[in-house]
Amino acid sequence: MKSTLKKAGYSRVQKQMHDVFLQFTSKVVFFIIIMFAFNLFFAGHYTPGGGFVGGLLAASALILLLIAYDRKTLFKMIPIDYRLIITTGLFLSLAVPTLSFLFGTPFLTHQHTYLQLPVLGEIPLHSALLFDLGVFLTVAGTTLLMIALIEGEES
Amino acid sequence: MTTDILVLLPIIIPMFAGLIMLFIGRRPMAHRVGAALTGLLMLIITLWVIIRVYNSGTMVTFIGDWAAPFGISVVIDMAAALLLLSTTIVTFAIVVYSFQSIGMEREKFYYYPLILFMLTGINGAFSTGDIFNMFVFFEVFLIASYVLITLGGTKIQLQEGFKYIVVNIVASNFFVLGIAYLYSVTGTLNFADIYLKLDNYDGNIIIMTIVAVVFLFVFATKAGVVPFYFWLPGSYYAPPMPVIALFGALLTKVGVYAIARTYSLFFIGNSAFTHQMLLFLAILTIIVGAIGALAYTDMKKVIIYNILIAVGIILTGFSIMDQTATVGAMYYLIHDIIIKAALFLLVGFIIYRTGKVDSERLGGLIGQHPLAGWAFFIAALSLAGVPPLSGFYGKLFIVQSAFENNHYIAAIILLLSSLVVLYSLIKIFINVFWGEDMDFSKLKPVKYDKLLVSSIGLVIVSVAFGLGADLLYPLFEMAAEAFHDPASYASYLTEVE
Repeated sequence: MKSTLKKAGYSRVQKQMHDVFLQFTSKVVFFIIIMFAFNLFFAGHYTPGGGFVGGLLAASALILLLIAYDRKTLFKMIPIDYRLIITTGLFLSLAVPTLSFLFGTPFLTHQHTYLQLPVLGEIPLHSALLFDLGVFLTVAGTTLLMIALIEGEES
Repeated sequence: MTTDILVLLPIIIPMFAGLIMLFIGRRPMAHRVGAALTGLLMLIITLWVIIRVYNSGTMVTFIGDWAAPFGISVVIDMAAALLLLSTTIVTFAIVVYSFQSIGMEREKFYYYPLILFMLTGINGAFSTGDIFNMFVFFEVFLIASYVLITLGGTKIQLQEGFKYIVVNIVASNFFVLGIAYLYSVTGTLNFADIYLKLDNYDGNIIIMTIVAVVFLFVFATKAGVVPFYFWLPGSYYAPPMPVIALFGALLTKVGVYAIARTYSLFFIGNSAFTHQMLLFLAILTIIVGAIGALAYTDMKKVIIYNILIAVGIILTGFSIMDQTATVGAMYYLIHDIIIKAALFLLVGFIIYRTGKVDSERLGGLIGQHPLAGWAFFIAALSLAGVPPLSGFYGKLFIVQSAFENNHYIAAIILLLSSLVVLYSLIKIFINVFWGEDMDFSKLKPVKYDKLLVSSIGLVIVSVAFGLGADLLYPLFEMAAEAFHDPASYASYLTEVE
């Protein structure tokens, strides 16, 4: 935000921008977006949604915080290394399909089962979820890394 | 069970290795060891793949256990297996070459993982049996190549890299467009299934011809065939030498392979027009490449224009599309991957040692580096096609088939191009290694043992390939069968039904 203003020609920029409305709203909206992102992520197996959309949405929630505050504050709130997130995501989405060889089935064949839990009732468990988690992490990490680089600070 | 795993290993292994390198972070030494070990592992695997394909025929796996025309199938026939092996040999040599030439700065910024990701994409494009999946793997290796071409960020790299990215993105868009056309006509994406559907196609032949032209535009842009080669000499000139060798040896060949695959399986309905057009463009490519190779004294430029000549020769073989021609084209494809990499690496060695790219300003290096000099000489003869070196067999079969099919002009131009290749390379050899001694005190004091080992190693592989060409003939006959007799490629599908 600061560097954007500087580029736009504001010679004197305050040390930190304080837009109280934006900051307060984004704190609330952040959780709504994140919850919706996870909702989409878990819905993805039977209904529209999935790792890619979920990841984009989760990243957009973090980007909202990045706009409202700045990079340092965001890193203090959620200290994550984007490179590690991307790598973990890629690793999950490659390793899980490879593990299907252990079951004697071709690449990317998934296993699933149903679980009976006392309160929640019948819960479907699917190994595609882990694969999708990889996609989620990769997409979210890549989007954040790109925005962070465009925002203009060295990572 | 083994088939399921083995078919996918050439795609999975480099990607896993690259990911592990990303995990361990910026540690160049660990990256070097990892990349070299992956190369060795890949050599073993691809050899195993070839033996397996030779003994029991085409290997297929259906991803996600979806039966053939509906899901994605990964198919390795002999052509793909041979290309996988030669890709692996070249990549391994270039990785070893990079140790002493690419520079610590680039190694720190994930140079080796990028090479491995590019290898993933190339291997995937060779072994997939699905046209959309092929597009995806094209994107995988193109994205890795965008980073490799700009890695380091010198001015010329950014300038040429931008051109490269724009050209390739436009071509990729047309790739999707072509796939959409094809899908609207056939309703399937599987190579074998498209072939079977088009085999008794009774619709408008003009539509398929238009699709053929769109596909040719896409792959010709990637392979550097004449009207669309304008980006190639500039973009391949920009990055450091090992990256040029990787691009020059492999990336254009993926485009050539894609043309061969699509033109043998899909566009056989109106081959009087489509294959004639392909032959015409191939001949033009040879002529333009020959003009470029004669015009320059800059060593890099000469070899880059030699890529065009080779692409033209291979496409001539694939456009005639009978048994002799496709065997010849397969021979020349494999030969050119290996020898082009060797030549780039040798020229790179000269450039690193002397610091000059213009061959006229060098001289008398034979006293300093006799081994490199004679290796260059043999590589030059091999590329021109002097028997018994490896370039000879491919050209022999292609020219023979061109005469049999009354393409006299094509055959004569092809023969004349050999003279041009020989002249352009021997000119470099005479300028650099013979003639008046240059000022040897100005030689750069670089470490070069690994540079020589990998480049001369590739020349030895090429010579062995030439001497053993007769023994390897059954393999190439098997490989060519998929092109001149596409029903044999599609047989894995018909057998199931």
